[in-house]
Amino acid sequence: MKMRFLLLFSRQGKLRLQKWFTPLVERERKKVVRDMTLMVLGRPPRSCNFLHWKDLKVVYKRYASLYFCCGLDDKDNELLALEVLHRYVELLDKYFGNVCELDIIFNFEKAYFILDEFLMGGEVQETSKVTVAKSIEASDMLQETMEEYMSKPAF
Amino acid sequence: MPAPIRLRELIRTIRTARTQAEEREMIQKECAAIRSSFREEDNTYRCRNVAKLLYMHMLGYPAHFGQLECLKLIASQKFTDKRIGYLGAMLLLDERQDVHLLMTNCIKNDLNHSTQYVQGVALCTLGCMGSAEMCRDLAGEVEKLLKTSNSYLRKKAALCAVHVIRKVPELMEMFLPATKNLLNEKNHGVLHTSVVLLTEMCERSPDMLAHFRKLVPQLVRILKNLIMSGYSPEHDVSGISDPFLQVRILRLLRILGKGDDDSSEAMNDILAQVATNTETSKNVGNAILYETVLTIMDIKSESGLRVLAINILGRFLLNNDKNIRYVALTSLLKTVQTDHNAVQRHRSTIVDCLKDLDVSIKRRAMELSFALVNGNNVRGMMKELLHFLDMCDPEFKADCASGIFLAAEKYAPSKRWHIDTIMKVLTTAGSYVRDDSVPNLIQLITNSVEMHSYTVQRLYKAVLDDISQQPLVQVASWCMGEYGDLLVSGQCEEEEPIHVTEDEVLDVLEGVLVSNLSSPITRGYALTAIMKLSTRFSSVNRIKRVVSIYGSSIDVELQQRAVEYNALFKKYDHMRSALLERMPIMEKTTTNGPTEILHTNGEAEPSVRDSKHPPNIPQPSSQANDLLDLLGGNDVVPVIQTELPTKPASSGGELLDLLGDLSLSGRMDVKCICFSPFLAIPPMTAYNKNGLKIDFTFERSNSNPNVSVITIHASNLTEVDMADFVFQAAVPKTFQLQLLSPSSNVVPGLNKGTVTQVIKVLNPQKQQLRMRIKLTYTHKGSSVQDLAEVNNFPTQSWQ
Repeated sequence: MKMRFLLLFSRQGKLRLQKWFTPLVERERKKVVRDMTLMVLGRPPRSCNFLHWKDLKVVYKRYASLYFCCGLDDKDNELLALEVLHRYVELLDKYFGNVCELDIIFNFEKAYFILDEFLMGGEVQETSKVTVAKSIEASDMLQETMEEYMSKPAF
Repeated sequence: MPAPIRLRELIRTIRTARTQAEEREMIQKECAAIRSSFREEDNTYRCRNVAKLLYMHMLGYPAHFGQLECLKLIASQKFTDKRIGYLGAMLLLDERQDVHLLMTNCIKNDLNHSTQYVQGVALCTLGCMGSAEMCRDLAGEVEKLLKTSNSYLRKKAALCAVHVIRKVPELMEMFLPATKNLLNEKNHGVLHTSVVLLTEMCERSPDMLAHFRKLVPQLVRILKNLIMSGYSPEHDVSGISDPFLQVRILRLLRILGKGDDDSSEAMNDILAQVATNTETSKNVGNAILYETVLTIMDIKSESGLRVLAINILGRFLLNNDKNIRYVALTSLLKTVQTDHNAVQRHRSTIVDCLKDLDVSIKRRAMELSFALVNGNNVRGMMKELLHFLDMCDPEFKADCASGIFLAAEKYAPSKRWHIDTIMKVLTTAGSYVRDDSVPNLIQLITNSVEMHSYTVQRLYKAVLDDISQQPLVQVASWCMGEYGDLLVSGQCEEEEPIHVTEDEVLDVLEGVLVSNLSSPITRGYALTAIMKLSTRFSSVNRIKRVVSIYGSSIDVELQQRAVEYNALFKKYDHMRSALLERMPIMEKTTTNGPTEILHTNGEAEPSVRDSKHPPNIPQPSSQANDLLDLLGGNDVVPVIQTELPTKPASSGGELLDLLGDLSLSGRMDVKCICFSPFLAIPPMTAYNKNGLKIDFTFERSNSNPNVSVITIHASNLTEVDMADFVFQAAVPKTFQLQLLSPSSNVVPGLNKGTVTQVIKVLNPQKQQLRMRIKLTYTHKGSSVQDLAEVNNFPTQSWQ
């Protein structure tokens, strides 16, 4: 299921994460973000989670104060895309413990790292929650070791 | 130099900003600090600074000055640096900038790093944003990693290979050997990414597809294990084992089974199993069922399986979950062409979806409903669709109206039903109807001859209530102008006739003319309609008054029409009845463009055109020309056939041009008609005025029963001869006519002789013969012209 992009934004339209799986210049990216935000935030409540935008299918789901929005190829399975979004939320939840929007604001780089262990090039790379969690843990350990060595926090 | 502010600190600070301006100020200050820090080549805090830059970039601020810093981070030995560096590269760089090529060497080194997490992050970056050049350079490394036993790296290498193939399809061959044992893996991550890789290769190359067909049994086995195996906590999602992998396998099976009997056969069982055993209470189960249905419909599955698939979609339609209903409607739309009957069975559920609250679902349901209309269900479906048209949001109305018109045209069980349906659309969604439907509807109404009185009555009643919907008013105006006499005469077979007076009809039309709701086009329709009624009604004075008022209208179009209609009353009253007579049946055209004249005998148009006289039309004729064009105006013009005079006469040329211009393409035909006598048909007097009498006698052609031969006999009862006598004739479009040369062009006075001329008429459709004739001659020194209608042909002459 080839995802073209994955965006996270708040109900006020503030971008919290943007992952692009196709090459787009900055201007084009900004346009996509603008269009997605307008379209998704403008949906009436209790609508279905699927939209059409240009030649893509757009799948979105709201989790608390964050909208998770991804763009798919026209031939892709939308119902599975919902599962992918859900899995990502579960991974974030496991990592941060009852994840909320603030976690993602203050630890956006971690959100990216987790995403990069789950998806690559728009495809799912690991279907086991446990395995993803273990990889992130190990990577973090590797990072901490460095920090300890430097005896100052990296960032 | 104090340590740069920490990332979380910065985020906290920026979030305290109360206005956009305040935020901008903070960010500018921080950016300045970061820039100077970069300039100083500070290794310790580079990572922190780039991280902050990435945060500010997400808020929408420019961060291009950090691009090179990302490259420096990637080159660093610290894992922290690399992690942020690669993240920065993915966010700030794109393949259109040359800078990204500088990454290639770093990535190459990192792909060979001793730590798998470093290798992993390099693979990830390459797999997300690697350009074609990078992919070419690094494909070898990726291929090596594809063969490693480390499943963490193997799965990443597989997806990286997918990206390489997407960027540089020629490199696909290179990865073929490594795919040999991919499906033997136990690790789900590797299995999943391997299936993705195989799918990509099969989609891109028919050779690969043929090569990988042999994997079908193995894929079937893996899928079976997933379904049959017990609970596996690691991969379980709501009781289903690894739905992601299941769906990907189903997708690959779809590609492998398409068009191939053996493969399709091999997967029939497992598809049936998945379709029946998958738990449908949650979205995840339905996602798998959806993919299964798509696969079943695409491969050469047996009919029982196809019916099962459509039934699953039917069940989806009843699901409470909107998403699933939406997905079902989309899939049914795709299959309705191939499995029409099976989808028909779910018609009532689909029609219920028209009442759904969700906009996307309503639209899909509408499209699907139109696809399902056929001769058997048209009445019921139309009722539902008309109801939908009434209740739906404006965004749907135009499409729905067009769809209804199309379906009604194809499947109307009776003319009355068809007219009724059109009426309903015009009255419920009249303002949303497309502009091109008005002429189409007018044509339809004209051609339903027996429904004229019914139609005009219904339109009249509708317009009495509401004149805001322009297409409705336009059609109604046209019909009232055309059939006003039927309306007033109170004859209507289909319905209880209403009592309408001429004045009431004119009231309505005048109301349309003056109303602010009427568009200029509608006003034009109304004015023309009023004018037409001058030959059908007796209250001509009122009409004359109206027409003269509009002679000074601000609207140029209306003014011109009114002036010319005025002229018609004053100077050309003798032409008025001919010009305003009932429209003949119009030929159906596929587009709304000019109606075309048929060619016969392969005569080329240009040669015919050249032999036409150049128009030297004197003023009066050109005015009449305009009138005829005006009658054409927005309406479809009935094309009147003309013939080429075998004896060219200069005055004759004008008339031909006149009538020739009526046909929008301005072309003329030459027809050849055979000649032979037939049984006696009584002669008739076609014209008798001012002393000139023209009789018609008839004969039937032997070789062609569709051809009638008419001989005109012109005689002159006045004392003075009529010189330069020219007789011309025109017939409706469904006929073809040829005029041979006259015996002479002087009609001697006191009935001392007759001028004869032969007309041959081809009437393949056996329609009632009608003719318009034009006579010109010189009498007592002045030139006389007259136009007349000949309608009293005996039935035998054209049957």
